[in-house]
Amino acid sequence: MIRIENVTKKYRGTARPALNQVTLEIEKGEFVFLVGASGSGKSSLISLILREEVPTKGLVHVLGEDLVRIPSRRVPYFRRKLGVVFQDFRLLPNKTVTQNIAFSLEVIGRSRGLIEAAVPDVLRLVGLEGKGDRYPNELSGGERQRVALARAIVNKPAILLADEPTGNLDGATSEGIMSLIERINLAGTTVVMATHDKAIVDRFKKRVVELSGGEIIRDERGGSYRAAESGGES
Amino acid sequence: MRLGFIFGEIAQGLKRNVSMVISVILVTFVSLTFVGTAGLLQLQIGQMKGYWYDRAQIAVYLCTAIDPASSCPQGAAGNDIKKAVKEKLDSATIKTYVASFEFEDHKQAYKHFQEQFKGNAVAKYVTPEQLPETFWVKLKNPNDSQIILESLGGQAGVFEVRDQRSYLDQIFSILNAASLAAVGIAALMLFSATLLISTTIRLSAFSRRRELGIMRLVGASNFYIQLPFILEGIVAATIGSLLAAGAVVAVVQFFVQGYLAQQVSYMSFIGLGDAFLIAPALVLVGILLAAVASSSAINRYLKI
Repeated sequence: MIRIENVTKKYRGTARPALNQVTLEIEKGEFVFLVGASGSGKSSLISLILREEVPTKGLVHVLGEDLVRIPSRRVPYFRRKLGVVFQDFRLLPNKTVTQNIAFSLEVIGRSRGLIEAAVPDVLRLVGLEGKGDRYPNELSGGERQRVALARAIVNKPAILLADEPTGNLDGATSEGIMSLIERINLAGTTVVMATHDKAIVDRFKKRVVELSGGEIIRDERGGSYRAAESGGES
Repeated sequence: MRLGFIFGEIAQGLKRNVSMVISVILVTFVSLTFVGTAGLLQLQIGQMKGYWYDRAQIAVYLCTAIDPASSCPQGAAGNDIKKAVKEKLDSATIKTYVASFEFEDHKQAYKHFQEQFKGNAVAKYVTPEQLPETFWVKLKNPNDSQIILESLGGQAGVFEVRDQRSYLDQIFSILNAASLAAVGIAALMLFSATLLISTTIRLSAFSRRRELGIMRLVGASNFYIQLPFILEGIVAATIGSLLAAGAVVAVVQFFVQGYLAQQVSYMSFIGLGDAFLIAPALVLVGILLAAVASSSAINRYLKI
């Protein structure tokens, strides 16, 4: 589903590569936490999977596409099979909840009928029924992230990428978002989530990939945020 | 394709950058008006050439008593000289090129001169003897003037042989220079219009960066992302070029036909038909310009 091989990513003007010889394979339906300090390379990895960046060296295959060679006009069609959420929600402040979600379908040319059917469905799924006419500034942080999640999954993506989705939320709210993401995962969507949230990683006991200085230093199934005393590199 | 959505985006973009859009409209308007004026001037030159070249004759000026000895050693042209020139014009070799010719003596020349320079101080001082006697030669084909110039130029008693078109050519070269100047200004203005369009697009992309970011994330196609911007530029430029087309038509209708043609009745001027030839071309140029400028701007400022 996602295969990253010997990937090195250097940004212009920096001596140290953001990612150094990274190899990672993620299967369909998996739930993977990417952990590590700021600047360890988590966001770079997500940018590569989204094809916002191209690796300096190495191979990136996602959903059967070779993301190094894919022609740029095909990139949008590739991205339609992905859903993304961020720490800062990225909602449009001048559109209501419903319009925000509908916007992501309108711009990929979906029909009005499909949009009118899909948006209430996904709002129910994320627990925002009845709040479709609110504007983002009328919602709490947790509710905004639910809108962002709704937007990410409304097109039924095969992969959900989440870059610190709970980074701006308090503990209880984070729990709610996480159980929603887990439900999305259980429904068959592969989830890759970069996070700093120790409590969450420790509680959910999923696969943990730890990055440090652009290298994978740990890849552990059912792992926790910190490496166990006994080691646990695999 | 959701047309309603795209039109909504265009309207929003135009609204957001009203002042820039207005400046794009004005600059395309002014620059294309210059282009149109240059076009009109060229058409007018063409028309005048056709009109005047048909009427242009060759003047064979005979020597007068006051001409310098260097060109007229034998003084004023006598009857023998007039006869010789007339015979030459009637000769078989030249006659084939000549449609007609007539002789104008001192008295007639004086009369024409007085008519032409009526009210001018010079009319008081000139005497009939100072004005040369002239053979006016009309050719079958005005382009054959060189033949007359050569065969009569060296004739004794002939002061000068002059193709009237040489006077016209001076006028036309002035008009040509004027239309070139208009084209030059137009080119400069069109260049600034292009820059302005690309700046507008850039601003518009900046003010819509949130939407664009989301569109990229959810996989809107490049075409879908770019189309509103390109159309935005085209809409603004089309309005400008329509104004320019209107201005060109108005200039012809109200200035050329309504004023010039009334004042200068002996000359023929371009009409509305010519204006309607130029107007659509201006609109086409405006649209093309905007399409090229905005799509190149988008490729520079919109990373997909």
